[in-house]
Amino acid sequence: MIDWIQLLGNAAQQILSPVTAAYALAALGLAIHFGYTGLLNFGQAGFMALGAYGYAISTLTFGFPWWAAILVGIGVSIIFALILGVPTLRLRADYLAIVTIAAAEIARLMFTTNTFVEYTGSANGLQGYKGSFEDVNPIPAGTYGVGPFTYNEYDWWVRIFGWGLVIVAALITWRLMKSPWGRVIKGIREDEDAVRALGKNVYFYKMQALILGGVFGSLAGMVFVLPRAVVPSNFQPTLTFFIYAILLLGGAATVLGPIIGAIVFWVSLSFFSGFVARAVEVGWLPFMSTVQAGQLQFILVGVVIMLLVIFRPQGIFGNKKELAFVK
Amino acid sequence: MPSSTPQKTTGLHVGEPAPGVKKVDPIIVADHIKRSFGGLTAVDVAHLEIPRGAITALIGPNGAGKTTLFNLLTGFDKPDTGDWAFDGKKIAGVPAFKVARGGQVRTFQLTKALGLLTVLDNMKLGAKGQSGESLAKALFPWIWRKEEQEIEARALDLLQRFKLDAKKDDYAASLSGGQRKLLEMARALMSQPQLVMLDEPMAGVNPALTQSLLDHILDLKKEGMTVLFVEHDMHMVRHIADWVVVMAEGKVVAEGDPHEVMKDPAVIDAYLGSHHDEDLGELDPSITEAVKELADDDADDVKH
Amino acid sequence: MAHAATTPTSRRWPRLVATLLAVLFAAVALLSASPAHATSQVGLDDNEFQVSGIVRLDGEPLEGVRITVEGPGQSAEAITNAEGRWAIGVPERETYTVTLDESTLPEGIAVIDESGENPTPNIREATVGPSGNVPSNFFIGEGQRNTTSVGGQIVDRFFLGLNFGLLLALVAIGLSLVFGTTGLSNFAHAELVAFGAIMVLVFGVFLEFPLPLAILIALILSMAMGWANDAALWKPLRKRGVGLIPMMIVSIGLSLAGRYIYQFFIGGETRQLPFATSTQFSTDFFGLSWIDIASMLISIVVLLAVAYFLLRTRLGKATRAVSDNPALAAASGIDVDRVIRIVWVMAGGLAGLGGILWGYFRPGVSWDMGFQILLLTFAAVVLGGLGTAFGALIGSIIVGLFVEMSTLVIAADMKYVGALVVLIVVLLLRPQGLLGRKERIG
Repeated sequence: MIDWIQLLGNAAQQILSPVTAAYALAALGLAIHFGYTGLLNFGQAGFMALGAYGYAISTLTFGFPWWAAILVGIGVSIIFALILGVPTLRLRADYLAIVTIAAAEIARLMFTTNTFVEYTGSANGLQGYKGSFEDVNPIPAGTYGVGPFTYNEYDWWVRIFGWGLVIVAALITWRLMKSPWGRVIKGIREDEDAVRALGKNVYFYKMQALILGGVFGSLAGMVFVLPRAVVPSNFQPTLTFFIYAILLLGGAATVLGPIIGAIVFWVSLSFFSGFVARAVEVGWLPFMSTVQAGQLQFILVGVVIMLLVIFRPQGIFGNKKELAFVK
Repeated sequence: MPSSTPQKTTGLHVGEPAPGVKKVDPIIVADHIKRSFGGLTAVDVAHLEIPRGAITALIGPNGAGKTTLFNLLTGFDKPDTGDWAFDGKKIAGVPAFKVARGGQVRTFQLTKALGLLTVLDNMKLGAKGQSGESLAKALFPWIWRKEEQEIEARALDLLQRFKLDAKKDDYAASLSGGQRKLLEMARALMSQPQLVMLDEPMAGVNPALTQSLLDHILDLKKEGMTVLFVEHDMHMVRHIADWVVVMAEGKVVAEGDPHEVMKDPAVIDAYLGSHHDEDLGELDPSITEAVKELADDDADDVKH
Repeated sequence: MAHAATTPTSRRWPRLVATLLAVLFAAVALLSASPAHATSQVGLDDNEFQVSGIVRLDGEPLEGVRITVEGPGQSAEAITNAEGRWAIGVPERETYTVTLDESTLPEGIAVIDESGENPTPNIREATVGPSGNVPSNFFIGEGQRNTTSVGGQIVDRFFLGLNFGLLLALVAIGLSLVFGTTGLSNFAHAELVAFGAIMVLVFGVFLEFPLPLAILIALILSMAMGWANDAALWKPLRKRGVGLIPMMIVSIGLSLAGRYIYQFFIGGETRQLPFATSTQFSTDFFGLSWIDIASMLISIVVLLAVAYFLLRTRLGKATRAVSDNPALAAASGIDVDRVIRIVWVMAGGLAGLGGILWGYFRPGVSWDMGFQILLLTFAAVVLGGLGTAFGALIGSIIVGLFVEMSTLVIAADMKYVGALVVLIVVLLLRPQGLLGRKERIG
């Protein structure tokens, strides 16, 4: 029989999970890029990889403390944004898409190659960089919480740190989008020539938006790897597509959309895949193996992306009028 | 109808009216502007002066290069050669946003209302030099709140003049074509420009709104601004323009008083000899190659 | 009990948790956000350190190879996953013996000892170092090492690159024609590529049809797939007036769904097409096999046919006209929708053919084989100029040669990096591509 309590418990765990926090943060960055500014960044996985590796390498190879490692991750992502932005922000939107996805792949392949194995651990990735971050954990050792939300002190610390970052990033985004800066950014999304004709340096604003969203992405990468090892295969283009799915789910030009989208995405995906896996085991789906059951969730994500774009471009929570697509 | 006969400004030029004639007080002086696409020359203007404090109309048949000239003068396109000055400052090669900051603001043939911004936000975006538009300061509202209130007051005032105040909280996308034209013009005025360049301000505007648009253009002159506009409607040109520049095949073929210039044989030639099919494509002849080949095939088929 | 069962990270019930993990591996794969097979990663959760590696042959991952690790506190085996990857957790900073079971390697393939001193290169030792993570990679090859001279290697690589470039051109021209006529940057083109190869696998291997018949069926189905793409999805979206960028995102969703549907049906492993790995077709001609030579000839013939179609036939001219200026083409009496439909059928067929050749070139058919060259295809198309068919051809050959020749100077696992860097540099210097027109990028 299917243990529904356990299925629901596993799904509920996704609400607080650091993975959800990381995706929410990355989706907020993408909301700034795509939802508010109209930049088609398909390389958010690259920003996340640079944040994660920036943190891990500066801790392991250079022995930096956690805060300096975070600063390195942020710095690297700013440089990455500049490299991407300088050639492409003057060009048509789909060029940025192709260049960002290519650049993210370059980053991933550079982390995968054996050439730099000494620093990157190549395909096996890196681990053992948590020490300095663990040391500043104010929570005394022990297990806390209720029901499915029971974790040890480190797990709580990662969750508090991750969701704390999400809240700060959401506040910054909310503040900015209500300011004259946000007005210019949204104007660029609507029609950059019109904004240029009003005397705004469109190129400069797009660069600022690319950097800001990229920094959110690199912080998301750090939150993503703090509870585990950093492995290059986690940063494939599919990661970026998942974040797009979250963004489209929640509403691209909203502050809460990416956060709620991330929670809904992971809770329902966990429940769905858990349910299918269990249903296969108990023989409800005789034509399917457990391995095949594992693929179903990815098919579902792809179909959901298509349906959302076609039938509900403003997202589940977005305002019908705010359907934020670049023309 | 309001403002029955507009007050025409005269005595703008020095000497006989002819292409490239000197003006008493020019706001724009352009020399040898040339722009070609592929093999076709879109604009080739030897010398042109736009008089200050007057309304100048830029007319000509389709494909005469009017919009291209607009794009060049405002920095939205780069010429092959050429030099021009705005208010005595050379601005060739200056990017569009800097041209706009210098006090030369434009509108577009296809109206660019920012659809998913409210009408009021559209207006506020037009104001120049806002400190809240800097990323660092945007985070601290107390730095720019007072400035924002002043901008809003100015925007509401302009919206009232353009009779859009009731729509201030609507998305610009919900406005009619004519209202968008009004909004675009009002937004341009938020930057307090010296020269307003309007690309076909009347195109697609409901006749009920044309008179009010005309009045607004005349008001700009009263407030001391210079207006340069592209238009097809000859009636409107005669009605409000103080000076007319006629372009054909990229060149300025005539200049003068709106009533006199229409009698110029060069102008009649230009209109009669124009090719109206050029609207379909860009000016690049190479991109019509395949269609021409097809047409040749058809011709061959007929022969056989 | 239920309390502990829902907290897999708890240390108090390791055995129960381990059992649950095995049962709920789908949920675990979800948590790690990477679709890893459970058997390729063994004991990582209850051990502090790990020994891990990748098994590859000429840069291509080998799946299903058995690796055992033995030493203090651990004796476990793992099977490499679709990426050729394996990892086994170990409890101590000690030395462990890693063994690769050579019987699980494809035939004619062995672990190679580079020094020539080790009689059993498939057994090695790995000592866990300060990072807690020790890579242990084996060198796999075909019995003896390649000892071609530098000059010979350049020529070999040139032909390899030319072959790759030509098949890439088949794929890229379809992508470029669709972009030219509809403005769509179609990410799901990758799945059309994989579709051709997978159909040959289905008919030629699973159903054991004769190979020529299987290829013919695969090509017809590929064209039908192109037709269906337009008829079922893209034409309705065009009629709805969906913008180009939303359409591009729809294509990403389609690509994702399509790829995992393939994986659902054919699984995660790489399978070989008939004769793909057989040695009976090898020639003395620059390391090429008859299959390589046939692949190049087929590509060239098909590319010439496409060129003839575009330049000489009425329909081809109409296609170019739509690509150049749809409004003008429609005004000249061309049925734009019909042209687009034909372009989709062509794109499907060319992508399918490219996919079959790619299946022989890699060699192997896998669910994500199309996605692996999607970015290179985009690079080729952008390099030549978006939307120009002949640009795509030249761009593809440059990318193909660049990818293969660059392995002479950089590590083979970075060969795609070079091509992607070139893509970015070209956009920086000449955004309209080599053959593109400047006006198009505005």
